[in-house]
Amino acid sequence: MTDLNEIRSKLLSITEAADSLDAIEAARVTALGKASEIAALMKTLGGMSAEERQVQAPLIQGLRAEVSDAIAARKAALEAAALEARLATETIDLTLPAGAAAQGSVHPVAQVMDELAEIFADLGFAVATGPEIEDDWHNFTALNIPETHPARAMHDTFYFPDEAARDGKKMLLRTHTSPVQIRTMMSEMPPIRIIAPGRTYRSDSDATHTPMFHQVEGLVIDKGITLGHLKWTLETFVKAFFERDDIVLRLRPSYFPFTEPSAEVDVGYTLVDGRRVIGGAEPDGWMEILGSGMVHPKVIAACGLDPDEWQGFAFGCGIDRLAMLKYGMDDLRAFFDGDLRWLKHYGFAALDVPTLSAGVGA
Amino acid sequence: MKFTLSWLKDHLDTEASLDEILVALTQVGLEVEGVDDPAAKLGAFRIARILTAERHPQADKLQVLSVDTGEGDPLQVVCGAPNARAGLVGVFGAPGTYVPGLDVTLKIAAIRGVESRGMMCSMRELELSDAHEGIIELPFDAPVGEAYAQWAGLTDPVIDIAITPNRQDCMGVRGIARDLAAAGLGELKPLDVPAIRGGFPCPIDIRIEDAEGCPAYFGRVVRGVKNGASPEWLANRLKAVGQRPISALVDITNYVMLDHGRPLHVYDLATLKGALVARRARDGETVLALNGKTYTLDPAITVIADDVDVHDLGGIMGGEHSGVTETTTDVVIECAYFTPEHIARTGQKLGLTSDARTRFERGVDPAFLGDGLAIATRLVQQLCGGEASDVVEAGEPPLGVRTLRFDPNLTEQLAGLAVPADRQRAILSSLGFGVDAGWTVLIPSWRRDIDGLADLVEEIVRIEGIDKVPSTPLPRAEGVARPTATPAQLVERKVRRTAAARGLNEAVTWSFVSEAEAQVFGGGAWTLANPISEDLKVMRPSLLPGLIAAAKRNADRGATAIRLFEVGRRYLADAERPTLGFVLAGDKAPRNWQGGRAQGFDAYDAKAEAIAILAAAGAPVDRLQVMEPVSGVYHPGRSATLRLGPKTVLAEFGELHPSTTRAFDIDGTVIAGEIYLDAIPAKRATGFMRTAYRPPALQPVTRDFAFLVPADRAADELVRAVKGADKVAIIDARLFDVFTGQGVPEGQKSLAIEVTLQPGDKSFTDADLQAIAAKIVAAATKIGASLRG
Repeated sequence: MTDLNEIRSKLLSITEAADSLDAIEAARVTALGKASEIAALMKTLGGMSAEERQVQAPLIQGLRAEVSDAIAARKAALEAAALEARLATETIDLTLPAGAAAQGSVHPVAQVMDELAEIFADLGFAVATGPEIEDDWHNFTALNIPETHPARAMHDTFYFPDEAARDGKKMLLRTHTSPVQIRTMMSEMPPIRIIAPGRTYRSDSDATHTPMFHQVEGLVIDKGITLGHLKWTLETFVKAFFERDDIVLRLRPSYFPFTEPSAEVDVGYTLVDGRRVIGGAEPDGWMEILGSGMVHPKVIAACGLDPDEWQGFAFGCGIDRLAMLKYGMDDLRAFFDGDLRWLKHYGFAALDVPTLSAGVGA
Repeated sequence: MKFTLSWLKDHLDTEASLDEILVALTQVGLEVEGVDDPAAKLGAFRIARILTAERHPQADKLQVLSVDTGEGDPLQVVCGAPNARAGLVGVFGAPGTYVPGLDVTLKIAAIRGVESRGMMCSMRELELSDAHEGIIELPFDAPVGEAYAQWAGLTDPVIDIAITPNRQDCMGVRGIARDLAAAGLGELKPLDVPAIRGGFPCPIDIRIEDAEGCPAYFGRVVRGVKNGASPEWLANRLKAVGQRPISALVDITNYVMLDHGRPLHVYDLATLKGALVARRARDGETVLALNGKTYTLDPAITVIADDVDVHDLGGIMGGEHSGVTETTTDVVIECAYFTPEHIARTGQKLGLTSDARTRFERGVDPAFLGDGLAIATRLVQQLCGGEASDVVEAGEPPLGVRTLRFDPNLTEQLAGLAVPADRQRAILSSLGFGVDAGWTVLIPSWRRDIDGLADLVEEIVRIEGIDKVPSTPLPRAEGVARPTATPAQLVERKVRRTAAARGLNEAVTWSFVSEAEAQVFGGGAWTLANPISEDLKVMRPSLLPGLIAAAKRNADRGATAIRLFEVGRRYLADAERPTLGFVLAGDKAPRNWQGGRAQGFDAYDAKAEAIAILAAAGAPVDRLQVMEPVSGVYHPGRSATLRLGPKTVLAEFGELHPSTTRAFDIDGTVIAGEIYLDAIPAKRATGFMRTAYRPPALQPVTRDFAFLVPADRAADELVRAVKGADKVAIIDARLFDVFTGQGVPEGQKSLAIEVTLQPGDKSFTDADLQAIAAKIVAAATKIGASLRG
C-alpha cells in the first residue's frame, strides 16, 4: 500500500506548505475535492469484493480523515495568526484621557441638615418647617419678647414695611427658627419632639456674621422633662454629630426670653496643628455652640397648652457653624458665594447620604 | 460691662484670686468676655534713666542712648524718639520682653550697624493710650529700676463681662459682687448710704406731669460747688473701664451708674428757668442732646423741661444747654425712675442708645432713688464742695411688693437637680430674696426679671452650679427609630441628590436680591423696609437671579463649565414655594481629542435635567406636556414649560433671553430651569408591594415610519398621535430622526419614528402588522402629517 503512503505524505506536505487561507483552501480542494486522489480511491471501494473492501475501506477512510484533520488544524492556525495580525493593527493608546463626567456636589449646609435629621430621627425627633417671612407675634411676642423688650433690638431684625402687615401683624424675616416651636405647639398636641432647620436672617455682616444664615431648633414638650434631659440630649447629639465619645460640654447659665432656666452650651476643643478640633477629654478651650433652656411657661401658655401639665426644653444652634466646626471651613461668607471651587472642595458626593450604620459624617 | 478688681472689692470682701473670680462669674451666668491684667502684661517693663544721648553715626533721626536700668552697667539702646535726651526718665523694655502695642518680643539687634539692647517705650507701645509722639517721660524722681506698672498703679485687672438683658442689677459693680457672694466667693459688704440733711429748701420746683413715663423724680440742688477735673482715683477707674473723664460732676454721675446701675443727671441750675417738669414732649419740640445731635420730639416721648426748653430726653440723654461746665456753681442732681417700656419705645424711635437707656429700659431698682441721690450728693460734696438743699421727692416709684409661692420640689422637677431645701433657701437669701417659713418668696426690688417660679429655679440652679445637673436620657420609643421625614422633605432630598448625581453643584445663595434683579423676574412681592444693602433688598421671586449672579462670578474667576443648582424657596405674595433652580453655562464638554471643539449647553440639556429631576421627585414624566413658557426671562423660541394638564406647571426651562443675561452682565448662552417642587402631585402611598412581574412571552418587534409635517409643527404632537394609534399593541414610539433638505418639500420636515409593538398571546401576522401600520398612518394623517414615500 505504498500508494496510500505516498498520497498521505504528499497531501500532508501540501497542507503544511499552505501559508495563507487561500492556499489552504486550494490544498483542501486538491486533497479532498471531487477530482482528488482520495475521491478517486473512495470510488474504487464500490468495485471491490466484500473481503477486499473490509480491508481497504478503513485505510482509505483513515487517510481521508487524517488529511482532513490536518487541513482543519492548519486552517485554524492560519486563522489565528491572521486574527492576531489584524488585532495588532488595531492597538489604541489607552493613555489618552477618557471622557469625564461632571462631578456634582451637595452643599455642606444641606449635608449637615441631613445629618441632623438622621441623628435626631434616632432620638424620635421629626423635622418641622415654618415660614421665613414671619409675623412679629410668632417671632417675638409668643416667645415672651414683648415689643419693648431689649432682646428685640438685639435681634437686628429685617422688617417689611407696615403696608405688608398681615392680619394686623407686622411682617419680618424670622430672626431665629424658634417661631417653628410656636407653630408646632399650636398645631400638635404633646408629646412633641421636633427639630426645625432652616434659613434665618439678621441685619449683620462681618467675617462671622452674614445677613442670612441657618439654624436648627430643637423642641421637646412632654410630662416630666427636665434640664437633665436637655443636657443628655445635647451631649448625645454632639457626640453623634462629631462621631467622638470624648466630647465635653459645658453649660453656662444664660438668658433667653423664651426659656427659663436658660443655658448656653460650650463644647471643648483641642488644638491640632493650630486648628481647633472639637473633642478631647481635656479641652484646650471652649467654643460656644448653642443656646438652650426649659421652655418658658409663658411660651407654653401662649400656645394654648397648660404649663402646669406640660414642660420641656428647646435649643437652637447655627448649622453653618456646626458645618464649620466639623469640616473646617473658616469663612462663613463663602457658604453663600456659589464659588464652584469652594463647592467642590467642601461639598459632598450625591451618594454620601448620612446613615447611622455608615456614620453620619462624610 | 467692664470693672476693675479693686472696684469689685469695694463691695465684696473676698480672698479669692482673680482666676477664681473669673471662673465663678461665668458659672453664675456673667460670662467673662475678656480680662486685661496690666500687671501681667507690663510686668517686665522697668523705670530707667537716659544717661547720654549721641547721634547715631549712620542715621540722622536715630540716637544712641546709654540707659541706666538700675542694675548692672548702663545699656546701649538705639532710639528714634525725638524727645529722647540725656536725663529723661522713662520706661524700658529689656531684650526678651513682649511689647503688646507692637506685638513683638524684643531682641538684641543691630540697628543701622549699632547694637541695641532693648527699647525705651511710648504709651502706645504699652497700649496705655494712643500717644506715640515720643517715649514716656516720667518725673525725674521716679525710682529707676522699679517695675513701672507697680509704680504707676497699673496693677488693677480690668474684667469685661457680658450682661444678659434680664440682669440690669449687674450693670453696676455692686450687683456683680452680690452674685459672687451668693456663689460663695466672699461677703457682700454693707452698703454705706449717707444721711445728708438739706441746709435749705430746694430752690427749684420739681414736678411730674407724665406719671406714666416718669412715675418718680427725686432731686436736690447743691450750691456753691467748684467743678473741675476729677481726682486721679476716679479718673483712673473711669478710664480703666473705657469711660472718658469729663469733669468731676459728670464723672460722678457716670461713676454712680457704673457702681450701682443707677443713672443720674446733673443740670446747671443757672441755665434753668422756672420749674423742672417731667412731661410729654410737644409735637415738633426739639432738643440738642449731649451727643451734639438735635432730635425732633413728639408726645409719645417723656422729657424733662423747664418753663422754656426741653433739657433732657428723660432717661436716655441730657441736653447740651443745661449741662454742667467748669463755671457751674449750683447744680441740680436728678435721680428719677423712667418706665422701661417708654424708654424702649423712645430709644427705638430716635435710634438713640446710651448707657442710661440700656439701664432704664431693663428696669433700674425703684427702691434705690433716695439712696442713689444720697450717694451722689456725698460724692459731689466730697469732690466739689458745696451745700446740699432738701430733697424733693416728686411722684412715687413703683415699689409694689412682689411675692411668689415657691415649692422647693420644683427645682428637681424642672431642672432635674436635687438641692436640699435649706440650701435653696440660703441661695435665695444670699441673692436678696426674702423667704419665709412657708416658702413665700419676696422678690428683691432690683430683680425686675423675676416673675415666675421657673425664674426662682434658675436662680437656685445657676448658683448651685448648672454643671451639677445630671444627664438624664430621654425615654426611647420601643423598637428602632421610626422614619420622620415628610413627603415634601423626601422630595427635597431626592431632587438634591439627583441633581448632584447628574453633575450639578449645589449652591446656597441669598434669599434676597436687588430690586433690579427682581425686576427682571417680574418683581418681588416682599421688599425689606431696612435692607442691609441695596443688593439684598427684595425677597427673590425666583432662584435664578442668585444662580445667574453666581454663574457670572464663577465665569469671571475663569470657570469654563458651570453647572449650579439650588434647592430653596421662592417668596411669592401668597406663599414660600419650594423650588429647585439650575443654571448651565460655559462648556458642556471641553474641546477634546475625540470630539474636537468644545460643546456648549443648549435648551435640550435643560429639558433633560428637568425631566430627570422631576422623575426623581416622583412626577409622572411620561404624562407631562411640553408647552409654551410663561415667564419672559427665556428665549421665546427656545424655552418651554412642563405641565401636567394645561394648568399645572411643574417646571420651566430653556435658554435665557439675551436681555436677561445682559441684565446680569454675563456673556454667552446661559441655560436655566426651575422645578416647582410643591406643584408635583404627591405619590399615593401604595405600600411596598410592587405589581406582579409578568414579562411578555413573545418578543416585541419594531417598525420605522417617516412622516412629513409642517416645519413649525411640534414633533411631540406626531409622536403622541402615533403612540395613541393602537393602545394595545404600541408600547413605545420614539422619534429618532428629524430631517429637512433634499427630498423634503420646502416648509416641511421629515420626522422618523421607531414604533415598538408588543404581541400578546400570538405573534403578529403580516395582516396584523399591516392593520397596525394603517392605524398609525391614519392617526398621523389626522393631525396633518403625511407618510413619507
